[in-house]
Amino acid sequence: MQKALKKYFPIFALPTLVAFLIAFIVPFFMGIYLSFCKFRTVTNAKFNGIANYTKAFANKDFLNALIFTVEFTVVAVITINVLSFLLALLLTKGIKGTNLFRTVFFMPNLIGGIVLGYIWQLIINGVLMKVVGHDLTYNASYGFWGLIILMNWQQIGYMMIIYVAGIQNVPSDLIEAAKIDGASSWQILKSVTIPMVMSSFTICLFLTLTNSFKLFDQNLALTAGLPSRKTAMLALDIYNTFYGRTGWEGVGQAKAVVFFIIVAVISLTQLVVTRSKEVEN
Amino acid sequence: MARTKKQKELDMVDSPLVSKGQGIAIGIFLTVLAILFLAPILIVLLNSFKSRLYISDAPFSLPNSKTFVGLSNYTDGAVKIGFFQSFGWSLFITVASVLVIVLLTAMTAWVITRIKSKFTSTLYFLFSFAMIVPFQMVMFTMTFVANRLHLDNPIGIIVIYLGFGSGLSVFMFSGFVKAIPIAMEEAAMIDGCNPLQTFFNVVFPMLKPTAITIAILNAMWVWNDYLLPYLILGTERKTIPIAIQYLRGGYGSIDMGAMMAMLVLAIIPIIIFYLTCQKYIIKGVVAGAVKG
Repeated sequence: MQKALKKYFPIFALPTLVAFLIAFIVPFFMGIYLSFCKFRTVTNAKFNGIANYTKAFANKDFLNALIFTVEFTVVAVITINVLSFLLALLLTKGIKGTNLFRTVFFMPNLIGGIVLGYIWQLIINGVLMKVVGHDLTYNASYGFWGLIILMNWQQIGYMMIIYVAGIQNVPSDLIEAAKIDGASSWQILKSVTIPMVMSSFTICLFLTLTNSFKLFDQNLALTAGLPSRKTAMLALDIYNTFYGRTGWEGVGQAKAVVFFIIVAVISLTQLVVTRSKEVEN
Repeated sequence: MARTKKQKELDMVDSPLVSKGQGIAIGIFLTVLAILFLAPILIVLLNSFKSRLYISDAPFSLPNSKTFVGLSNYTDGAVKIGFFQSFGWSLFITVASVLVIVLLTAMTAWVITRIKSKFTSTLYFLFSFAMIVPFQMVMFTMTFVANRLHLDNPIGIIVIYLGFGSGLSVFMFSGFVKAIPIAMEEAAMIDGCNPLQTFFNVVFPMLKPTAITIAILNAMWVWNDYLLPYLILGTERKTIPIAIQYLRGGYGSIDMGAMMAMLVLAIIPIIIFYLTCQKYIIKGVVAGAVKG
């Protein structure tokens, strides 16, 4: 079988491999190389060592975006996971209309980031104008909390579904036994349900972590970084550096490499955590 | 329709675990929450019938005889951004990319999983690696390569989607191929099937559940994607997200009437798709999350 498959390998894999080479492998390594170059277009690149990286880390916008992104990610991960877990608990009580609720809560997840951004821009601006008389572009913290609300609206339903699947996998005899032993519902939640859904927690934690950290479309549509780039997250700052500032393409690429390294570390941590969990089980 | 145990669990129709009073309280709370969840979309819908002058100032008031403009936001907006062309481009690019990705990455995943060599395990590693690389890392150089190879058009972008999307899809298909017994494939080959026949008659039918999951994940990605098509295609041939963003324009003020109407038009196809394939979408998304 191996021999026949090897003969047919090009028919099966070549189209994908060529596309993979064009859209990923070549751009990736070219990107690493260009992060050490000064260039306007790719063809006139000149090697200039780590100058782009020092420029990137001396760039106020970049540091601001890094801090904003980290703060946003922390708040988004906590709020989304707490709320979606609570919602999952309510949706596994076997009450009427559960399917309808699930359908409604999940729906925002399918709407694209650009559309979401403009929906919430209308709502948040409407509320802000009424309450404080200014819109989203007035204060960076408005944009911050606006993005948090938007992300919660988009992601709660998704994470809820994963938690529901986890909670339903808890064997019911385990809960019965705890009840017979006289455990209160809080004790059951704390000592039975939560430990049993730890793998759902890991999945949701990392999903929300990477989704929040890499956010771009929602950021662009809701605030576009306003006021004066103060609400630009890392992905948007990289975009602005590439396409908004002539002569800074190399710095943009250096920022992109730093961004990639952070995302890769998060993903690898997830892999290690998931692997070690599998061993325990 | 016969339902499996698993489906029943997913439907959550177990007997109530709470008292009747508690059940009603939870029901009321969830109903309020569901209304809050739907409110943003309903508010956009209401505003899409109001004159653009009355949207930003009072987004929460209902249209009245002074502010109601009928469908003119829809007609103006659709003409302004070419919504129906955009819908066509989005549909074409999404359907074509998803078909190409599902078919070609399934084929790739099968051979690189079944052939055991240093080369194939390197490829598997590279595909898995591609999953964790954010788009910003490659966006500038990818755009350059795409332009150089004249892939900056609605056909060429399918190649780009295949290439950038192949990481996750090959990874997920490979995981499933590893789990299916090799004996059936060997039997088919001994009976005289060549690898292509074996793949399409034996392997691919078994991969169908994974294929649906991968199709849904990729469809959601491509349909909603903004930056990649914007950089590759520009604004000459706009997909829906590009068309919506295009409404914001430069520094001028946004035509809020057209914006509301176009947001509604952008959401309608998603809601129809969701309500018709809900079962597959939710299952697919969960499966994708757990395996990816």
